[in-house]
Amino acid sequence: MPVRAVSRGELAPGILRGGLALVALLTMAAGDASNGRAIIANRQLSACLLCHTGPFPDPHLQGNLAPSLAGAGSRLTEAALRQRLIAPDPDSIMPSYAATAGLHRVGKQWAGKPVLTPQQIDDVVAFLVTLRAP
Amino acid sequence: MKRLLPLLLLCSIAAGPPVDLRSGYDDASAETRAMQDDDGGNPGFLWVREGEAQWSQPAGPLGKSCASCHGDATVSMRGVAARYPLIDKATNRPMTLDRRIGECRTDRQQAEALPPESDAALGLAAYVGLQSRGMPLNVDADNPFVAAGRRLFETRMGQLNLSCAQCHDDRAGMKLAGAVIPQGHPNGYPEYRLEWQAMGSLNRRLRNCMVGVRAEPFPPDSPEMAALALYLAVRAKGLKVETPAVRP
Repeated sequence: MPVRAVSRGELAPGILRGGLALVALLTMAAGDASNGRAIIANRQLSACLLCHTGPFPDPHLQGNLAPSLAGAGSRLTEAALRQRLIAPDPDSIMPSYAATAGLHRVGKQWAGKPVLTPQQIDDVVAFLVTLRAP
Repeated sequence: MKRLLPLLLLCSIAAGPPVDLRSGYDDASAETRAMQDDDGGNPGFLWVREGEAQWSQPAGPLGKSCASCHGDATVSMRGVAARYPLIDKATNRPMTLDRRIGECRTDRQQAEALPPESDAALGLAAYVGLQSRGMPLNVDADNPFVAAGRRLFETRMGQLNLSCAQCHDDRAGMKLAGAVIPQGHPNGYPEYRLEWQAMGSLNRRLRNCMVGVRAEPFPPDSPEMAALALYLAVRAKGLKVETPAVRP
């Protein structure tokens, strides 16, 4: 198990200003790829496979609304993958997995909460970079 | 051409309301369609028969039944479901058929309200809806609530930040979690859903979708639900009423 690292959202602004490089280093080391895989496979938690296909069980229950996750780590850099999870293209249907603001009519049980925690996003990114094209 | 291409790609996704209308029936499996086609095997008819019995059953202190005022439903209710929702003259607001039936029950019969999604409420709505089966939806679209409904349909909402339109206009026919996304038409309600193993109203379906994107559903009798129902009916103009439809 990797050491639980502090991720960006949990840092006080003062620390953030002074320590971006450190944070980048920490978050890069922080992701647990096997947990990331479990998060993606858990459709109730992450909903990834409702839209994406990918190398997971039950392909007949996966969506085709978005690019396959297979080979994602070859197509995109780690930074670009993280960017898509946190601040996706507003013209796409991809939700932000980190946002708690700028949303409309969020259900009571979800209000104020992001889809995934910063640690979970780190884990997902750590897994996605391992998905290399054959 | 190079500069046009991204624009063309964008247009192919941001499609707007469907032009070539497909009922959910067209996207259902052969087994599901066969179940709907056979009145004897269509589970929705269990509710229809209950509604038929209720039609002439007195309720409330006045001892009135639906039939006391409306007579033979196969005559008086013919075509009614194809015209709803309509703009209610008394309130100048969209009125759904479910709401109208509910009002008749509490105001005209002065009987106890039928709880939403109860077998009794669904049965009456299904029996009334059946009298318009095969008739094209033809709702009056000449009012500002249609545009209001469309705005709601196209508003991204919930933690997953999706609009109705992003799936049911722009991506109908594609697959969400392995299931074909239908165009999302209201022409079969109340309908029997295999997923529910029960009959349900359009309200229930809209609520499911909103919960699915992790949004706070509009309350059943809210102006928003009525505007959405109205827009959906206008958007589906010409599709035939299939009540009681069977859907996955």
